[in-house]
Amino acid sequence: MSNKKGLPAIIAASSLGTLIEWYDFYIFGSLATIISTKFFPSENPTAALLSTLATFAAGFVVRPFGALFFGRLGDLIGRKYTFLVTLVLMGLSTFLIGCIPSFETIGYAAPILVLLLRLLQGLALGGEYGGAATYVAEHSPVNERGYWTSWIQTTATVGLFISLLVIILTKGAMDEESFDNWGWRVPFWISIIMVGVSMIIRMRMSESPLFAKAKAEGKTSKNPLKESFGNKLNFKFVLLALFGATMGQGVVWYTGQFYALSFIQNTLHIEIAQASKLIMYGIGFATPFFLFFGWLSDKIGRKWIMMAGMLIAIIAYRPIYSKMYDAASTNNKQEVTASTTTERKTIDDPKHLGEKLDVALTTKHFTDGTILKETVKTRLSVAGNNNTESSVVLDNSSFWTLVWLVFVQVLFVTMVYGPIAAFLVEMFPIQIRYTSMSLPYHIGNGIFGGLLPAIATFLATRAAQANDVAIKAGTAIPYEKPFLEGLWYPIIVAGVSLVIGTIYINGRDKSIKD
Amino acid sequence: MNQLKKYLGIVWILLGLAAGYYLVVNQAIPKFKSNNSEELIPAIIYAFVLMPIIVGGLIIFGKYALQGEYDFSNTETTNNAT
Repeated sequence: MSNKKGLPAIIAASSLGTLIEWYDFYIFGSLATIISTKFFPSENPTAALLSTLATFAAGFVVRPFGALFFGRLGDLIGRKYTFLVTLVLMGLSTFLIGCIPSFETIGYAAPILVLLLRLLQGLALGGEYGGAATYVAEHSPVNERGYWTSWIQTTATVGLFISLLVIILTKGAMDEESFDNWGWRVPFWISIIMVGVSMIIRMRMSESPLFAKAKAEGKTSKNPLKESFGNKLNFKFVLLALFGATMGQGVVWYTGQFYALSFIQNTLHIEIAQASKLIMYGIGFATPFFLFFGWLSDKIGRKWIMMAGMLIAIIAYRPIYSKMYDAASTNNKQEVTASTTTERKTIDDPKHLGEKLDVALTTKHFTDGTILKETVKTRLSVAGNNNTESSVVLDNSSFWTLVWLVFVQVLFVTMVYGPIAAFLVEMFPIQIRYTSMSLPYHIGNGIFGGLLPAIATFLATRAAQANDVAIKAGTAIPYEKPFLEGLWYPIIVAGVSLVIGTIYINGRDKSIKD
Repeated sequence: MNQLKKYLGIVWILLGLAAGYYLVVNQAIPKFKSNNSEELIPAIIYAFVLMPIIVGGLIIFGKYALQGEYDFSNTETTNNAT
């Protein structure tokens, strides 16, 4: 173990690099809309296919491969050099995405290059987390491992927070046209500076003392993949880590941080800038709790904090989302009809050359200060073809109600995620720790968590369709609140993980098996 | 407790099969049938990447549980499982 004096510097250096990696990974997602217009035009089917591949492959498939590839390297040559490589790989990929000319300029080379760089990002992310968590844990005093590794656990949330902040600041520093033309590249370019600084700091760091000792004694693994997954004695713990912890943690994480944002934007139709601000407040207030629950896990054990987080999330999700809907829905607010205005204009249709669009913007005001803007776009050349978009700007009270409800969800995230790095590190022996802990983490988060948007949307859409059918048939609607149906996915997955974790995991022994 | 862990092994195996059925029938097949190129990649990933991991993982986990691999006597030398 490292002496406690130098520990904050080790944590800072490790966390900074991991935070940058998360920032790099999220910046792509946060700018997905503008990226698709620059590199993946929807009217081009091949480009659209490459776009889907970039989204799914980087999130689902490549991350576990990164975990295997870099995990193996980390167990063979050491933690320090491996997570230095993942940092450089991520930073360069992000910077280069910001440099690629658009589809209009270089054609298919643009989406192909973006796809390749996005895959490298996924690979790097897959290798980074396990290395950082292992490195910090192997430096930490035995009875404080939960607290010190919880700093690493803050990085994913803070990385998302900073990616939103950088985008808001960049947008604020220029007009909309400049941001659309070149400004969106700035958040990608910023990454290279952050990676440069982090790399210099990390290069000065020493190897993990436990790994260095094992290597000096010739006790490191010759074939970490075979020992991790080919040996039943270890593989059964990989499965237990996945189904009893990371699977439930992954869905709680994605529900609190991504599904909440998607629900606020797509179901509640909150204006994008207000939605981003709302999420940032919720995340910002909850982030210190990662450290609290990491610290608490050193005192009372990891298992019950994680299981309590899953249980409370399972019970609370439907009431929370129901309350979010009630707080933001304009159906529950009183309109000031005298203030309603409608502006109408005819513009060129950007999607259909030579055609015109009739655009009607209706602004409605409500007694509590909420504003609803409804835009109806009608193609003049096609009878009955119109498209309605809504955008809500919430009043102060409803805004803070939603901040509170997002905060509570992120609090569940801190309960399940704060102690999990220490929990995973303690589950596997030093020779194969990097490999063994990385895979369940990335399958739990990348696959079970990453599936959440697709499956939750499928369930909610199916419920809404069933209601439509019932309304047309004149029968009673089967779902009173169809927008809540998507929550069954995280509830069931976290429920299974809770049962497996409660029955099969024992958190009594916290030895790191040095 | 060891008996309960063993019996639940059957539940995990059945759950793996149910998850596989859901992923194939409700997610992958409708996407394959949609003839939409954007749906093709998710369908391939559901059918050939996610389904084997989820189904295979749960079945093996259930099998180990049935065999008593997670019983206290078999795991007392390890860190976090009984």
